[in-house]
Amino acid sequence: MADVFLLSRLQFATNISFHILFPSISIALGWFLFYFKVRFNISRHPVWMRIYRFWVKVFALTFALGVVSGITMSFQFGTNWPGYMETVGNIAGPLLGYEVLTAFFLEATFLGVMLFGIHRVPSWLHTLATLLVAVGTTISAFWIIALNSWMQTPAGYEMRDGVAHALDWWAIIFNPSFPYRLTHVLLASGLTASFLIAGISAYRIVRGDNKKAPRLALKTAVFVAAILVPLQIFVGDLHGLNTLENQPQKVAAMEGIWDTQKGVPLLLFAVPDEKNRTNHFELAIPNITSIILTHDPDGEVQGLNDFIGEHPPVAPLFYGFRIMIGTGMLMLIIAWFTSFKLIRNQPLSKGVLYSLIGMSFSGWIATLAGWYVTEIGRQPYLVSGLLKTSDAVTDIAPENVMFTFILYLSVYVGLLIAYLHTLFLMARRAVEIEEIQPEERLQQKHFPKTPNTTAGELS
Amino acid sequence: MIADANLPVIFAGLMALSVIVYAILDGYDLGVGILLPLNNDQQADQMIASIGPFWDANETWLVLAVGLLLIAFPSAHNVILKALYIPSAIMLVGLILRGVAFDFRAKVAQVNKHRWNQIFKLGSCIASASQGYMLGSFVMGFEDSFMAYAFAALSALGVTCAYSLIGSTWLILKTSDDLQLRAIKWAKLTGKISFVGILSVCIMNPLINQLVFERWTTPPFAYFMAIVPFVCFTLLFIGNLVLKQLPLKDDSGCWLPFLITVVVYVFCFCGLAFSFYPYVVPGKLTIWDAASAPESLRFILYGALIVIPCILAYTVFSYRVFWGKVEDLRYY
Repeated sequence: MADVFLLSRLQFATNISFHILFPSISIALGWFLFYFKVRFNISRHPVWMRIYRFWVKVFALTFALGVVSGITMSFQFGTNWPGYMETVGNIAGPLLGYEVLTAFFLEATFLGVMLFGIHRVPSWLHTLATLLVAVGTTISAFWIIALNSWMQTPAGYEMRDGVAHALDWWAIIFNPSFPYRLTHVLLASGLTASFLIAGISAYRIVRGDNKKAPRLALKTAVFVAAILVPLQIFVGDLHGLNTLENQPQKVAAMEGIWDTQKGVPLLLFAVPDEKNRTNHFELAIPNITSIILTHDPDGEVQGLNDFIGEHPPVAPLFYGFRIMIGTGMLMLIIAWFTSFKLIRNQPLSKGVLYSLIGMSFSGWIATLAGWYVTEIGRQPYLVSGLLKTSDAVTDIAPENVMFTFILYLSVYVGLLIAYLHTLFLMARRAVEIEEIQPEERLQQKHFPKTPNTTAGELS
Repeated sequence: MIADANLPVIFAGLMALSVIVYAILDGYDLGVGILLPLNNDQQADQMIASIGPFWDANETWLVLAVGLLLIAFPSAHNVILKALYIPSAIMLVGLILRGVAFDFRAKVAQVNKHRWNQIFKLGSCIASASQGYMLGSFVMGFEDSFMAYAFAALSALGVTCAYSLIGSTWLILKTSDDLQLRAIKWAKLTGKISFVGILSVCIMNPLINQLVFERWTTPPFAYFMAIVPFVCFTLLFIGNLVLKQLPLKDDSGCWLPFLITVVVYVFCFCGLAFSFYPYVVPGKLTIWDAASAPESLRFILYGALIVIPCILAYTVFSYRVFWGKVEDLRYY
């Protein structure tokens, strides 16, 4: 049984880690596209259309990967975690159902209009389709985060014969951690998309793209990031306080606090040792953690020893949290520094451009690290205090789970390589393409087929 | 207020609706994938362009069907998907491959494009065959016997063929000239194989499946069951006659084979669904045994009653936007 348990966890973790990469881009990229399209509608300046055209292709690819990896998970709930639906199916089912009904069809249908319909519908309708796709991805996030938050901080239900029954849907959806988590996730998506746009645009510039489009896209994305990073820090802090209130053991693991104590120092670095229940090589600043968590330098914070047997593994949370915060700080420095340069109209040096390229996927790192902290932080429970992960696992033969695990893993690795390869290939191609003369564009109402270009080649 | 005992029936109906809509809609785009020629890039482009704006939403009906099973009948979801663990994983890989191949092929260099075309075709074949296999093994109540596996294998072929049929009639509707002629040829061939397929299911199924035998021979269902094959065979026969006349001048009637195929689909599906109703796992679980708590079903039902008409409305809108013969696939 232990084997099936481990393999099922590995498989689900692989699946969901792969999946989240794509929504974390597409949720915010949808809104970026809407912004680009609206700017074009207002200014009629073709540069906005070129930005739109480049990024809508990235969106299509990203969205497709998100869809196909998402379908897999709707199967795995039943196959690998039967105990999950048996115990909390009455809660999880409707939330998942609403996601399919209100979001999936909306985004999938209008994606078709958005990608292929520009000649066939009036411009305003195409803009509306773009908006509806963005709305769809956001609604999707709403429902799935509602369910995830409910698993962290369940509310609005009662147990009858070992099965959860809904009492108050409002309380279920707007459970204690939901507003914080949703905001945190949406801002994270904003940052992921911003740094991707900035990074790929910087890559185009470094590769000798002299056009206006990558510069304008870079500027837009960097400014958005410069605003979102401090907001994210603020929201992240509120989210942390909320977690302290609802899941103190998770925060204790994140901060590496073993004993309940007052005036807790902030550990910049340490090696947590769960066997001996202590840390090695601590590098600490006194009292800071108490200030962050209780807003009082001598505030008391509960330690892990109060939750023996009921707290998550410490090391992944401790390191994961530091990776997330560290990436966030790098984002802050780079976004502000680049914005400062841009506001003062100074040219961006090679160093800045290369830093932006290096940060292209920083959003992925922070997002994954953050999700690992919160999801591993829920262990040993699948639904906090209600269902243990080990009680929900399947009785399928381990070799079958092993087979599908290897199958999914190899497909995902292949797809990730193909995705990254294609993204940079598209950027390099965009460098070589001549801009179409603005005059000939503006004469026509819609965006006509131009003789020298074919599918996939417009910049 | 809907009585608690009726909720499972309503959800079984919704689930049946999404399965048949899925089979028709994703059926034609999977079929187009199965038929994708690897030696003619221009035709491959046209074929993929004909399903470009739709495939994503088509596939969502599968998510809805599986979702409804998960929401409304969670214990059946567990039993069915555990029994079909390996085939469903293989189907998912097929769907993943074709879904991403669709997007990758438009964005890579010419050499790699050919490879993504192959992957698209392969993924479509894998997904269709495993869906057929799963259907066959469901019909056999997940029995572990030679006959059950043989039936599942036959069903894999049958569904692949049925998808090819609806895919080729979709192409007759959406394309012209050489490709349309080719699609007519495909439709004739797959129509004949489907005829044989339905015939053999009608003969084999009651012989090897006790539950089905009883159902098919007990009135009032027996009357309905006598009509289904008759209607299907007549329609396929008429379809073949129509195909022999096509293409007509100014392309009138190009929609007829697709429509006929859809009707055949609906009849076959009803025949199948009523062979098992009210069982959601044949011979083991009825929809009442497997249903979720009424308050949960009610919560999702009210939403579904508002949202599903909206989904149908904007699906119709999307088909109207892309009405008519296919143009070159152009990304904007």
